[in-house]
Amino acid sequence: MRLAAERVDWTIHGHKLLNDVSLAVEPGETFGLIGPNGSGKTTLLRMLAGLRKPKIGRVLVNDRPMARMRQRDIAQSIAVVEQQAETIDRIVVRQAVALGRTPFLSPWYPWSDQDDAIVARALDDVGMQPLADRLWHTLSGGERQRVHIARALAQQPKILLLDEPTNHLDIRHQLSILQLVRQLPVTVVIALHDLNQAMNCDRIGVMDAGRLVDVGPPRNVLTTERLRRTFGVYADILDDPVDHSRIMRFRNAI
Amino acid sequence: MNLAIALHPVGRFSRPWTWAWLTPLILFVAVMAGTAIGETSISMETILKVLANRLWGAEYAVDRIDAGIIWSYRLSRAIIAACCGAGLALAGVVLQALLRNPLADPFLMGISAGASTGAVAVTISGIGAGTLTLSLGAFAGAGLAFVLVVLLAHAASSGTGGGRGTQAAGAIILAGIAGSQLFNALTAFIIAKSASAEQARGIMFWLMGNLSGVRWDDVTLGLPAALGGVLICLWQRRALDAFTFGADSAASMGIAVRPVRGILITAMALVTAIMVSMVGAIGFVGLVIPHAMRFLVGSRHTRLVPASALAGAVFLIGSDIASRTLVPGQVLPIGVVTSLIGAPVFAMILVRGTRVR
Repeated sequence: MRLAAERVDWTIHGHKLLNDVSLAVEPGETFGLIGPNGSGKTTLLRMLAGLRKPKIGRVLVNDRPMARMRQRDIAQSIAVVEQQAETIDRIVVRQAVALGRTPFLSPWYPWSDQDDAIVARALDDVGMQPLADRLWHTLSGGERQRVHIARALAQQPKILLLDEPTNHLDIRHQLSILQLVRQLPVTVVIALHDLNQAMNCDRIGVMDAGRLVDVGPPRNVLTTERLRRTFGVYADILDDPVDHSRIMRFRNAI
Repeated sequence: MNLAIALHPVGRFSRPWTWAWLTPLILFVAVMAGTAIGETSISMETILKVLANRLWGAEYAVDRIDAGIIWSYRLSRAIIAACCGAGLALAGVVLQALLRNPLADPFLMGISAGASTGAVAVTISGIGAGTLTLSLGAFAGAGLAFVLVVLLAHAASSGTGGGRGTQAAGAIILAGIAGSQLFNALTAFIIAKSASAEQARGIMFWLMGNLSGVRWDDVTLGLPAALGGVLICLWQRRALDAFTFGADSAASMGIAVRPVRGILITAMALVTAIMVSMVGAIGFVGLVIPHAMRFLVGSRHTRLVPASALAGAVFLIGSDIASRTLVPGQVLPIGVVTSLIGAPVFAMILVRGTRVR
């Protein structure tokens, strides 16, 4: 599915969080969003997810304006993994993941064995099957994050939006989640802090102070000049002798 | 904790069919107990005979006074107690789920106080007459109080930088205190200014929760309100579940947040207002019952909604029996009984933090 933003603006309390952002993510693509803190990555993701409706500009799903779609229809094709979604409810992991089936259930389509299978598969994909009956508040930050990802997978989305999904994860789970996300046959938009991880995206977009300042393949976008100007760091770009991919070596802040 | 897990098999949210016949049975037994126990104890046999006489036109010989007490006094009273208990418990379930706040409750949030003000204003001014206008006045008061308290809570917590205002447990309680005080003061003002001494005493007694004025007329309003509340909550049970991780998460799972929240909160304000207009402000039912039921059946609303409605109904019938029998020769306001039970539970929730959910 194709997801596009056209000249989107978002202002809150007089602060312009998004400034004239246009972006088109092609079907099947893994699109990385990078940028310093407060550059508007999360706000843009929320617009693309339909959680905030822009007053200026519009968001299109397969060329259909999202503003005219019902929330339920949006949720049947787009899933979101937010940062820090917490609960104080006594629910177990499996129940949290089962929430992902909500957009497909109705009084006429009640919970079925197929839904059970989808939930089990999603738990398996993030390696949480052994913890399926654990209560939410007994989980670590990384485990909670994996449950959220499983919940999004249970939505069987055609577009998956992730806001810094590797934040709380140890290195093994960072790599396995990123690998899983890349392998999914869906369109992915992923906000990332680790720029070396962003190198593995098909394309990346750079946010800076509410503007999308550059879009393109990681090799073209992540230059020493860009790292200096937008991220405020001096860095060298090295060649990995093992597989000749690029690695960024950050020297010091400006 | 392990007990709670053992009590609710997880995974499939389906409810065992046993509850489909167990629920009416429990309700029936509770209503019968509420009818049998009191100043004068009445035997089950007599009650069943009176019921048979009334409902199927059987012609058993029963004492006329007993028949009068059972039919026009105790039975309607027990049914209204059940309706109020169910309605107030559900209001608690819904407010706690939507505001993501374990301390949300129609009484603590000042909704009951607002409803009282509205009901008293209508009574004193004598606009129209009858249960319906009283309920409308109570609803207006309840709605006003709810909007005021939520706005205040939102302003209070966004002042400290939290955009997700109403989520802060502290803010809503403080706003609820302010709202309750304001509306209680308004009620006292209206009474002091306009009511005769006798009216005033009657109203004060009613405000603390009083079922003694309940008649069959009230059942025709209270029963549909309680049943309607249960049906709306069951209809929206998946939406209530989807709020587990907050409103944005609910939206990302396809819930139209604004309309769903609007429908549910309006419905619950209406149910609370109807209950308050009949029996006064009964505290803590919406707090105690949902928390107890979450512990027993878990926090998924497919189970929590019917369990809370049932437990609320039984709890209030029980409280009513206690209010009539605890002090011989005297009827306590039922609000006193529920608050004596509810306040310690409230304290427990505060002390143990939000984990109780």
